[in-house]
Amino acid sequence: MSYSTLAVVAVVGVLVVDLAVYRTRMVTRKVFWAAYAIIVVFQLLMNGVLTGLDVVTYDPGAIWGTRIAYAPVEDLLFGFAMVTLTLASWAAVNRRANTARRRGLDTDTRPSSTR
Amino acid sequence: MGHLTYLALLAGCLVVTAPLELVLRVRVYARWRRLLLAVLPEFVVFVVWVLYAIAQGHWDYSDELTLGLRLPGGIPVEEVLFFLVVPLCSVLALEAVRRVTGWDAGYPAEEAGR
Repeated sequence: MSYSTLAVVAVVGVLVVDLAVYRTRMVTRKVFWAAYAIIVVFQLLMNGVLTGLDVVTYDPGAIWGTRIAYAPVEDLLFGFAMVTLTLASWAAVNRRANTARRRGLDTDTRPSSTR
Repeated sequence: MGHLTYLALLAGCLVVTAPLELVLRVRVYARWRRLLLAVLPEFVVFVVWVLYAIAQGHWDYSDELTLGLRLPGGIPVEEVLFFLVVPLCSVLALEAVRRVTGWDAGYPAEEAGR
């Protein structure tokens, strides 16, 4: 599969993970998009340096060819998938940890042994 | 900057985001076990992706602008660190926005002092 195809598959994949697997629904939240807006600026900056200086070079046959700040547009999809998977996982981990702790703290008696 | 170019960029990310933990007290580093757990799926998926991309020749790295240390599969050490550093910075950004705006992220905010 080309980089382009993989990048699209990755975006679809993380949307499924966020909305249907974890059900963290990060992509429906204002806080996510505000954070992402900040992150994407820094991504364009860092990616621009990495690709502008040729730290990373691409096979023209594996990409669409459109570039933003020196980097192939596919990098934006790659970055979105990476950041969204991370933040949805972070939300899932915290949700579980806080719920478990609250359940433990809020009960005077020992937790039920039925589950 | 030569061989240190890529490494310096990663260090820059950590320096720029450090005030979020130190000044804004978002407690992301403080929750390092949860952080490692949250980064794990991303790390596995994207390192595998990069190994595939290198094998297929989708992209390659400069040996002059990296340390030149390649791990099995031809992945530079810096690229492995990238998949730890950038997620960490992203989580710091999310927690910072939440701290400043108070917007809901779908899980309870970290109680102070824990």
